[in-house]
Amino acid sequence: MTTINRLRQSYRTKKRHPAELISGLFKQIKKLNPQLNAYLTLNEELALKQANELKNFDLPLAGIPIAIKDNFCTKDLRTTASAKLLDDFVPPYDATVIKKLKDNGAIIIGKTNMDAWAHGSSTETSDYGPTTNPYDLNRLPGGSSGGSAAAVASGLPPFALGSETAGSIRQPAAWCGVVGLKPTYGRVSRYGLIAMGSSLDCPGPLTRHVEDAALLLGLLAGYDKYDATSTKEPVDNYLKALKAKRKFTLGISDDYFEGVDSKIINEFMKAKRILEKLGHNFKKIKLINPKYSISLYTILQRAEVSSNLCRYDGVRFGKPRSSFSQQAKRRMMLGAFTLSVGYYDAYYLKAQKIRTLIINNFKEAFKQVDLIVAPTTPVTALKLGESETNPMFGEVMDQLIEASSIAGLPGINLPIGLQQGLPVGLQIFGPHLSETEIIDLAKQYEDETAFYQIKPSDFYEI
Amino acid sequence: MKYKTIIGLETHVELATESKMFCGCSGNYFGQSPNSQVCPVCLGLPGALPVPNEQAIKWTVLIGLALNCQINLSSYFERKHYFYPDLPKGYQISQYAKPLCQNGYLMVNNRKIRINRVHLEEDTGKLLHGQQFNDKGSYIDFNRSGVPLVEIVTEPDVESAPQAAKYLKQLQLIIQYLNVSDCDMEKGSMRCEPNISVVNYNSWQKNQQLPDYKVEVKNINSFRFVQQAIAFEEERQALLLDKNQQPKQETRRYLESKRQTEAMRSKEFAQDYRYFPEPDIPPLELNPTLIQKLNKQLQTIDLPTQRLEKLMKDYGLSSETALVLTENKKLGDNYLRLVKNSQDLDKTKLANLLINKKIAADLNPDDFFTQAKHLLSKKNIDQATFDQTIEKVIIDNPKAVADYRQGKQTALQFLLGQCLRTLGRQIEVEQLKHLLVEKLALKK
Repeated sequence: MTTINRLRQSYRTKKRHPAELISGLFKQIKKLNPQLNAYLTLNEELALKQANELKNFDLPLAGIPIAIKDNFCTKDLRTTASAKLLDDFVPPYDATVIKKLKDNGAIIIGKTNMDAWAHGSSTETSDYGPTTNPYDLNRLPGGSSGGSAAAVASGLPPFALGSETAGSIRQPAAWCGVVGLKPTYGRVSRYGLIAMGSSLDCPGPLTRHVEDAALLLGLLAGYDKYDATSTKEPVDNYLKALKAKRKFTLGISDDYFEGVDSKIINEFMKAKRILEKLGHNFKKIKLINPKYSISLYTILQRAEVSSNLCRYDGVRFGKPRSSFSQQAKRRMMLGAFTLSVGYYDAYYLKAQKIRTLIINNFKEAFKQVDLIVAPTTPVTALKLGESETNPMFGEVMDQLIEASSIAGLPGINLPIGLQQGLPVGLQIFGPHLSETEIIDLAKQYEDETAFYQIKPSDFYEI
Repeated sequence: MKYKTIIGLETHVELATESKMFCGCSGNYFGQSPNSQVCPVCLGLPGALPVPNEQAIKWTVLIGLALNCQINLSSYFERKHYFYPDLPKGYQISQYAKPLCQNGYLMVNNRKIRINRVHLEEDTGKLLHGQQFNDKGSYIDFNRSGVPLVEIVTEPDVESAPQAAKYLKQLQLIIQYLNVSDCDMEKGSMRCEPNISVVNYNSWQKNQQLPDYKVEVKNINSFRFVQQAIAFEEERQALLLDKNQQPKQETRRYLESKRQTEAMRSKEFAQDYRYFPEPDIPPLELNPTLIQKLNKQLQTIDLPTQRLEKLMKDYGLSSETALVLTENKKLGDNYLRLVKNSQDLDKTKLANLLINKKIAADLNPDDFFTQAKHLLSKKNIDQATFDQTIEKVIIDNPKAVADYRQGKQTALQFLLGQCLRTLGRQIEVEQLKHLLVEKLALKK
């Protein structure tokens, strides 16, 4: 069981040294990356140097390797958002979350593959080719944090940073069988995260163990003066939550099982029984059908995307706008349309109004229950090429996650088993700033099931 | 009168805040080397986020209050999209649906010029074309990108070029007196774009309906050019109307070399800015106590009308002198600073010394008054000079002398004046008069 704390312990007792660990890691990454394509850029030289020169082993992440999704600006390290337009972009600054990781001693291994500009749920729309699923190299890892999810699933390393707009952490976490935590919108600073949906984007950790996600969240969370949308609410003690062992009332909504593969529902029911055994009780609640969130999310996200991509004009950095892929162009056109004169009221404005209805719907639900559980995705990992069959692929894959994302709610994916060799995920989400409850419940489930024992065949023990 | 001119004025004012509107870079870019005051935010780099400048918001409200506006306690920023090399994000963060201030007015020569809105936005970078560097390229300096800009828009209440100039001058003074901007058209901290429509006078008298065309004029950087541009447009549009043609709704560029406006490359359709609320900045909720505080602050500031009154009442200056000192704030500031220490120096004389630039205005009081005394002291002129001057004047002006001998006192004044011209006015006039009369008597 390799957790951050165990690794740190092994460093402190001199059982292991980060230099040896990290050089071994790079060796394995270089061996497997050709077939996985999880990494776009490796930070080998600097990482080894940092590992060799490490003195202060007391920092919370001293010598801990971490993979970074390629939409976080890392100073002097190429950042592409998996888009050819940014092929040669080297940021002159670190995102706030990157700075926090570095300040805490973390060692950045490299930048991971994603759907270009985070536009997707497959990583297949990357301008650098798809990442493959460690459980089946003919299948997709999900997206847009596919590279990070695949890296964590393979143990290369078992800690990564991803981002979620609506599903981009939790869905690939589900397809790759890892823990993926999306915080409350505003809990973690977005400064330095290449913007996709400004009112939705959230940085978050992908790990194999709940305690690692809790530890990372505790270090990343907090008000940032460079992000006007970051919350000033104090950061909770997520490590303490790991031991709280509270009993919760868990909401379950029939609508969240519509269109879900029966095999996934089976796994979910098994997990439900385990949670009941642990002393949590389930309550049926009525939520707005998640299918309505698809068009809502599509409009809001596309509108914000069309605006956020305007700065890529090729004047100050990057390639010309003609470098945008089909997917990006489609999204920009649709987004611009929903903001245009004569259509703004009917689309964007209306979508924002319905957003309020969804927010209120969840508020009401959380008066009756503490947290809500549901399957994370309607299907398990699809084959390479399948994402191209449907222009709304991403939105359909994320339909069980969009509503809570639109409302800014925090949530987690837990791997609950395999179906025909492919990971199945369960999601827990809660009201604003309920990360401690989510982490508490997730840890109880992990302790009971030891789900981290499920690994792909090429798993690397760090 | 055949035609009536309808003018609306759009003014942009750069606020002199320490830092830019959405980042911590210095907002004072004048004279700095290019791209030396930039950061990821004002460069529009990937991942950068805007954080609003509180001082700029307060100063915008102050301007709105000084212009008798209603303040929107709930206000928000919006994104205004268009592509241009000096606009790094491809959108400008501005205000549209809910500006900070609305529905104010400014009295100009007893005419109420209504103010539609006062809102806050960010400035763009500056494009420089290569000729300055013996180079064919175009360069962009982003030092100015992100500097806070206040936009003040009037209703189409202005009726003439001189009235427009008066409005602009008054607006400029108010903003300078609020100490929120140096509001200088030459430095680019004040910019104006008039919108002009010429209509048939009689039909305007009948129904006061605005025409469906207005011509926006850009590229104007002085009050004089504003007037010239308006004058040109009045003529150009009148000529069209004479021929029963309707002026086209368009944006034109003012050319100072020709004192004309010319059509800019026309667009097929109006620009759609795709405004939507800025998702990176939560809506502003202004505390009513803040507005009260700013109102109180406004009471303590002397605005131009109050300074004018003070100069006339407290210091007994004539209205003309007081006006000159009011219209040049720096001069007025210096006057008020110095007059406290003026002791026996006449207050009007002090004003004139400053207005006529006889002594540097920014001197400390001690130095200033030393120089003043010297300048104003009665000249010691020796008797010989007096005699020579008087002799010459008598010889050169026989008619006046003759008139004087016939009893015309005005002739004496004339001769006196001629003497003074030669000797300079800073002499004891009475003494000179006495001598002159003596000489004239002797010459009989």
